[in-house]
Amino acid sequence: MVKASSRLFSLLLRLLAAAATLCATVIMATSHDSTTLFGLTLDAKFQYTPSFKFFVVANAIGCGYSLVVLFVPPTSSLSRLVIVLDVMVAMLLTAAIAAAGALAQLGKRGNSHAGWLPTCGQIPSFCHHVMGALICALVGVVAYLLLLLHTIHTVLTPLFP
Amino acid sequence: MATENGKQAEAESRQSQPKSKLLLSLRLAAVLATATATVVMTLNKQSTRMAVAVVGTSPILQTFTAAFQQTPAFVYFVIANAIASLYNLLVLLLRPFLKAKPHDILVHLLDEVIFALVATGAAAAASMAELGKNGNVHARWNPICDRFEAFCIRGGLALMASFAGALLLLLMNAFSTFTLHKSVLSQD
Repeated sequence: MVKASSRLFSLLLRLLAAAATLCATVIMATSHDSTTLFGLTLDAKFQYTPSFKFFVVANAIGCGYSLVVLFVPPTSSLSRLVIVLDVMVAMLLTAAIAAAGALAQLGKRGNSHAGWLPTCGQIPSFCHHVMGALICALVGVVAYLLLLLHTIHTVLTPLFP
Repeated sequence: MATENGKQAEAESRQSQPKSKLLLSLRLAAVLATATATVVMTLNKQSTRMAVAVVGTSPILQTFTAAFQQTPAFVYFVIANAIASLYNLLVLLLRPFLKAKPHDILVHLLDEVIFALVATGAAAAASMAELGKNGNVHARWNPICDRFEAFCIRGGLALMASFAGALLLLLMNAFSTFTLHKSVLSQD
């Protein structure tokens, strides 16, 4: 019922998603920068912001889930549960990108109405790391989206005459 | 063979009556929740007068305003919830014209997209709200909720409504997925 080519396609997409989320996790986790202002050392780490912590955890969950699900046989009853979990993990990853993206935009532009100054000028390495992590996570989300569309197409094909 | 198919279709339509009622009520509740979130966040504005400097004995007061337009995350939140509520309202109104199978599948796919929109809007606005409440010591960003209490409370209510709407949309997606898959499994 499930052709070998479609199985290969979904396997490749899962591997791509696993690699992209792993990159996003590692890049965000290794982001730290410090600068010295008037004798004070200011440092920036991802742990200082709850949104970035959520981003790291969500991408780690996405990567682990992708790798574990590779070993599920495609025609068992477990594969139906995998479809549901795929949707949930895709939502988790998109929410992580949204939250981290909001913070990243704030760090780059600041918010003049709240008196929050932009901080990317002082800590450029941190900001580059965050941008790289966001791009990798976006690739992972696109891979998950394609995977969901592919699953819906192959599983719901009997509905299309 | 034809009568068997006819009886099966009849039994299915009788079984799907409470299911379609459940989906209808979930969609209506999602419309209400996302519309509430949109309206509350759109009307979210607060101005306070604070002393900026003191000249002699009289303080100089300046008016500071907090509005949702000042934060791009809140703007996206309003737009996402507005799109979601209008889409669900449209689907509710056009239900008599969307009975065919391809229309069902299209509505299901669009439902997933709209759920993703609402979820990301709520996530971005929640991260901004957390920042406004707690500030960030390391970036020298002061919290604003102590100065603009009403703004924060209304924003929190809009956020809660949006999260409720996202949960309802998730349940609706799950139910309609099971319904579609069940009709597929019965044909296998």
